[in-house]
Amino acid sequence: MEHVATTAGLFPLPDAQRERLVNLTGRGTGGLIDGDESADVAAAYDAARERLVATQREAGLDRVVEGHARWDDMLAHPLCVHENVRAGDVVRYYDNNNFYREPVITGPLTEDGDLAADLSAAARLTDRLQAVVPGPYSLTDLARDEQYGSFAALLNGIADFLAGEVAAFPDAVETVFVLEPSLVTSPPADDAHERVRDALDAVNDAIDADVVVHTYWGALGEKLHAHLLDTDVAALGYDLVSAHEECVYLVQEYGTADSVALGVVDGQNTRVEAPETVADRLSWFRESVPVSDFETVYAAPNTELFYLPVRAFEDKLGALAAGVETVRAEVSE
Amino acid sequence: MSIDRDGRDGNGKPGGRERFRPVDHPNDHFLLTTVVGSYPKPGWLTDVRERHEADGDAVTDDEWTEAVDDASRLITGEHERAGLDVVCDGEMRREEMVEFFARRIGGYEFKGPVKVWGHNYFDKPSVVSEVSYDEPWLREEYEFTADVAERPVKVPITGPYTLATWSFDEVYDDDGALAYALADLINEEVSGLVAAGARYIQIDEPALATTPEDHAIVGECLERIVAGLPDDVRLCLHVCYGDYSQICPEIDDYPIDEFDVELANGDYEQLDVFADADFEHDLGLGVVDAHTPTVEPVAEIEANIRQGLTVVPPEQLTVSPDCGLKILPREVAYAKLENMARAARNVEADLDSGEIDPDALRAEGP
Repeated sequence: MEHVATTAGLFPLPDAQRERLVNLTGRGTGGLIDGDESADVAAAYDAARERLVATQREAGLDRVVEGHARWDDMLAHPLCVHENVRAGDVVRYYDNNNFYREPVITGPLTEDGDLAADLSAAARLTDRLQAVVPGPYSLTDLARDEQYGSFAALLNGIADFLAGEVAAFPDAVETVFVLEPSLVTSPPADDAHERVRDALDAVNDAIDADVVVHTYWGALGEKLHAHLLDTDVAALGYDLVSAHEECVYLVQEYGTADSVALGVVDGQNTRVEAPETVADRLSWFRESVPVSDFETVYAAPNTELFYLPVRAFEDKLGALAAGVETVRAEVSE
Repeated sequence: MSIDRDGRDGNGKPGGRERFRPVDHPNDHFLLTTVVGSYPKPGWLTDVRERHEADGDAVTDDEWTEAVDDASRLITGEHERAGLDVVCDGEMRREEMVEFFARRIGGYEFKGPVKVWGHNYFDKPSVVSEVSYDEPWLREEYEFTADVAERPVKVPITGPYTLATWSFDEVYDDDGALAYALADLINEEVSGLVAAGARYIQIDEPALATTPEDHAIVGECLERIVAGLPDDVRLCLHVCYGDYSQICPEIDDYPIDEFDVELANGDYEQLDVFADADFEHDLGLGVVDAHTPTVEPVAEIEANIRQGLTVVPPEQLTVSPDCGLKILPREVAYAKLENMARAARNVEADLDSGEIDPDALRAEGP
């Protein structure tokens, strides 16, 4: 069993670039990312990426993400920079005190390579690269449709779009975290489960890397969980911070994929977990489920990390890596 | 309409608002006009603050105090000039609705800015030890404003549920526990404000709009806030930008006199939520949009006020903007308030003359 310390990405902007970008673009919606940044703005984001990759390296993470400093609109980012998407109203991001520009889809979602370009830049900074993408269902949930006409057509369109993006990822990408919080927060109707399964398979099939479908802010419904087990993804992710008992129950009752991702660090609280706490949570899960050996256990924060101030974010990465190191020592004993 | 001038209105509520009627009020009917709280700061105040923060010698503490006092005096007067019946100082001493209180409550620590949206950040505080009440938070603001104001002063306070929810809680580990602890501190603060003369307190709970399922926690918080307060303290609850049907009818049981809502922004689509006969609180109705810089004409605001009269009688209707106005240009904020006050007086006159029949409006509904 391999333990891998990693994250679900979407990091807070480093202090220097946060201040630089406000000076360059102001605070209004007009200053937000549209896929066509000036050289100065692009340089600020390049600097942010370098800093965020270095932070992960210094913390000792086993997978390194690009950091997603450009994702002004959080998980809606890949749509918000698309030429056939209009930036709509600024709306609430899930149940948080955070807001994003609601992407209004006005034309066909052809792949545009925005994510691949950022990953290629990150690939020059690390050889342990992990991509992060919004899941097709969550992206559907976050968007407004003026093109596809039905939920089914929109979900298919977004799945094809994401598959196109993922297919263009550089070969350096070892793992892809597909973030699907909406599967928990506003789950699909029962008759849509198979569509969601197929949408995830479309993304999974587009790349020859380990795909992890990660969920958070609670546990999946039992039926939906069963449908996700029918996909070919390498790992399913569980939020042990917000719903450890419910998540363990799912795995006890229904099993899981060959690998799991476990949210063991609270991505939305400044209280920094001790490495022992991280290790205890990982051990508790392993001992609570009737699975003798996972291929890989991805240990991660439960959520994206932009909710945190920079210092707490950095401290959490360190605690996570140290906790995983402790577990590795235990398992090898 | 029967009116008891000692502070009880026609419904006999001790928290009623007839006592806030100005002596020179021109109409028999009285639709109390007020604000939610924040107001754009004069450009020079921001400039002085930045210079004070950058260099305490360039702008001394005394000079800074003089500047905020001047701003408070100026904006209180601006509210009165706009024609409002109950005023405040536009929160000139406050920068942000959670941060201001967190800097005054024991147990809080600031660990750095966090993103709200785009390139907008706020210093979201962390609770790192049990919260405590060390010294008054708003006493100075209230006493100064009440001293310079000709009209009665309302005191807006960020509610305990919002203070708890919009903080990182490293200590309490329970959805309600931190909010209840903060509610006890707010009770202490409000008791002090009441001793200083305040009679109109507004609790702001925007976080309830995000998580309406926690309405029982907010209810318990309000019970703690009012514990031991005299009956004649008027308590308003302001909740904005949410689905009100999720917290009604539960709010009917809250120990409040007034429920203030933002409805102009949504073109009154949610108004029917308050048409329920069991809604007995006064309704604080948002009649100008706090998010759009377009100044609503008087006639449009009159129509908005009439919307309110389709769900509550005139003696239950308070007129206010949707929310704090601080993100608007100052001249726009002023023009909105001036038009709002004028519209309220026009509707009162129409009620007096019988041109508006409130019973018929309510019978018809929203």
